[in-house]
Amino acid sequence: MPLKSHDVLALEEMDAEDIRLILDTADSLKEIMFRAIKKVPTLRGKTVVTLFYEPSTRTRTSFELAAKYMSADTVSISTTTSSIQKGETLRDTVRTLEAMGADLVVMRHPVSGSCHYLARCLDAPVINAGDGMHEHPTQGLLDLFTIRERKGRLEGLTVAIVGDILHSRVARSDIWGLLKMGARVRVAGPPTLLPPGLEDVGVRVCRTVEEALQDADVVQVLRIQRERQRGGYFPSVREYAKFFGVNAARLGLAKPDVLLMHPGPMNRGVEITSDIADGPRAVIREQVTNGVAVRMALLYLLLGGREE
Amino acid sequence: MREKARIMDAEGIRRAVVRIAHEILERNKGTQNLVLVGIRRRGVPLACRLARTIEEIEGARLPTGVLDITLYRDDLSTRLDQPVVHRTEVPFDVSGKRVVLVDDVLYTGRTVRAAMDAIMDLGRPQVIQLAVLVDRGHRELPIRADYVGKNLPTSRREVVAVRLQETDGRDEVVIEEPCAADQGKER
Repeated sequence: MPLKSHDVLALEEMDAEDIRLILDTADSLKEIMFRAIKKVPTLRGKTVVTLFYEPSTRTRTSFELAAKYMSADTVSISTTTSSIQKGETLRDTVRTLEAMGADLVVMRHPVSGSCHYLARCLDAPVINAGDGMHEHPTQGLLDLFTIRERKGRLEGLTVAIVGDILHSRVARSDIWGLLKMGARVRVAGPPTLLPPGLEDVGVRVCRTVEEALQDADVVQVLRIQRERQRGGYFPSVREYAKFFGVNAARLGLAKPDVLLMHPGPMNRGVEITSDIADGPRAVIREQVTNGVAVRMALLYLLLGGREE
Repeated sequence: MREKARIMDAEGIRRAVVRIAHEILERNKGTQNLVLVGIRRRGVPLACRLARTIEEIEGARLPTGVLDITLYRDDLSTRLDQPVVHRTEVPFDVSGKRVVLVDDVLYTGRTVRAAMDAIMDLGRPQVIQLAVLVDRGHRELPIRADYVGKNLPTSRREVVAVRLQETDGRDEVVIEEPCAADQGKER
């Protein structure tokens, strides 16, 4: 029962069956990370290229460790040290990599849709590690995994996503993934940072954070992306923290067994207060661990045992 | 698939498990440091049955684990159907232990090779032994079983089907042969 998709570009394009297969596979592979020797020979002789046109520590490291735990070789290319500086086009860069024998390309790029373009240029599978304001499907999958592992299910849960929905590719992937798996999704944030059309796909848009958090099973707090904040979407960071920051009092409105999630990196004291980020309801570190397991699963499903 | 011969029934399987349990205890001089690891899928219920039988004989409950060998297969890049990975659950340290691997059928030996690699990635056992319900021959690797329920000479085109209550709803071992209706289907 292989994955139906050749690439992993967006959860919007993936069906529930494929998502379930990825989560189940990740569940089986997670154990490897806790072994004394964290390595299985499954992807020996395969080469994974990570190509990042935007800064990233956790996503890139997560992919590289996932590949190494599965015995694949990894090559990482960043824009500052490569021929991209000399004006090489994206297409030429990846065609060169493919000619050198890359079996799979992981890309992060500031332009929405760039991974789709890449997938059309390449025969090798492509995994989107974040394209502009579009999607970050592996983050969406690790969030689904974390919720399912802790709650035992996704169906019927109420998940509140709080913050800058407009610029957030994490929010987009989370929303598509959660809706496909039968969860209810609410969002809250400054009105300037809520994209239009959310209600049309079945998301409940709340006027206040309190309304969104009321009796929620899961709260995903998004990072305020200061690098995308030149447009004056809200008056000040202080005001944002006051009206939209998640703190102990607001978290208290959710169910007692609520899961507090954050895709990282956190702006402590802005969108989330330190006491709850380090508190018993937070599963933020688990999200990071699960990210490696989910990426191992994707590498296995895309590279392990298929002759194209 | 046409049934060609019925090799074991529930009672036959039960007796084989009891005999193997005694042989394991005899060879290892008791249960000291002994652990059982079943290879998915049908090695798992067999390992549980052996553990229960050994408990009845010696009064000691052996640690029992579950091994999924998918990640260690040598045919992953040639198979068209990608196998689903299931969990490996070996909730004890295998280092210094006497590990008895349990599987239903020993055939080419490739599964056992993969299982040994998987076990060695988890630690360094003192000994690895192999218990199988059926040894049907046609080895492709220098591997043999330490405990065998039944030696069964077969031809390569035959299929040995082991069915167990826990996975298939009944206990039996039968030899099946592809018939005209199976033409074009794999196995």
